[in-house]
Amino acid sequence: MSDSEVAVHNPALRHHFAEVEQQRNASSLGMWLFLVTEVMFFGGMFCAYLVYRTAHFGDFAAASSTLDLKLGTINTAVLILSSLTVVMAVWAAQTGKQKALVMYLLLTIVLGLAFLGVKGVEYAEKFEKHHVPGPTFHFAGAIPGHPDHPADPRHAEMFFSLYFVMTGMHAVHMIIGIGLFAFLAFKASRGAYTPAYFTPIENAGLYWHFVDIIWIYLFPLLYLIDRHK
Amino acid sequence: MSEHISSPRLYVGIWLSLMVLTVVTVVAAQIDLGAFNTIVALTIASLKAVLVVLFFMHVKYAHERMIKPVIAAALFFLFLLLALSMADFATRLWI
Repeated sequence: MSDSEVAVHNPALRHHFAEVEQQRNASSLGMWLFLVTEVMFFGGMFCAYLVYRTAHFGDFAAASSTLDLKLGTINTAVLILSSLTVVMAVWAAQTGKQKALVMYLLLTIVLGLAFLGVKGVEYAEKFEKHHVPGPTFHFAGAIPGHPDHPADPRHAEMFFSLYFVMTGMHAVHMIIGIGLFAFLAFKASRGAYTPAYFTPIENAGLYWHFVDIIWIYLFPLLYLIDRHK
Repeated sequence: MSEHISSPRLYVGIWLSLMVLTVVTVVAAQIDLGAFNTIVALTIASLKAVLVVLFFMHVKYAHERMIKPVIAAALFFLFLLLALSMADFATRLWI
């Protein structure tokens, strides 16, 4: 090893890694392993959904058709746009554009809060209509395509239980993500991230995209059951 | 370092594709395709997920070779969870 190599030692490189690329690969792999545990965490809920939807398809379709399709579609668009701003934040970090990095992180926070705001409007509507599972739950819809065949309220209640658990856990993940990005935007504004070191931006980005993918599946599964009838 | 940096133009292109697929899935849900409504909805969702994983999560250009096997393992165990659960619940009335 020559003296010049020691002199240019990257301050971001931890000493138990041989080189920056190995360090990045290790942190990236660790993040992916965490996301695998998240796949199984949400997988349990998707499995419960699959079992009950298969058993009570008509009742699930009746309950699903009471959800606001317009708000659901708007929220899908908002979340996809936030994925774009996150990936642009990573790009800004890679290319050393500090102001753009902070701006894209703040934009992501705004879009995340917009999503939660719309979700709050939807939740409020559920309370007004007594579609929240519990002692005051009330459901009087008919099975789509069979106007004289009322849906079983107990099965509709199961749909709304799954709706609240799945969108609720998704929202909790978004709140955590927004907190992460607020912290990262603060650090980035003080110049903590450079093209040589932006691992936290990259890994928070992976987390946010994962949460986006969960919604990409939740949207058709919850909002789009038998809409054509 | 030889990391891959995608262009913002690619990211905007992927974003546009995701938006178009969202519109397509909402429109397709209004058309009566029988049992295929669910299949179409889940196929479009999976297409969107693949776009996000490959381009936004940079798996297409990842240097770390273990990421793809890790994703495959996650999908395999998710498949086991769903398939074996349904093998039980969907066949209980067959006795």
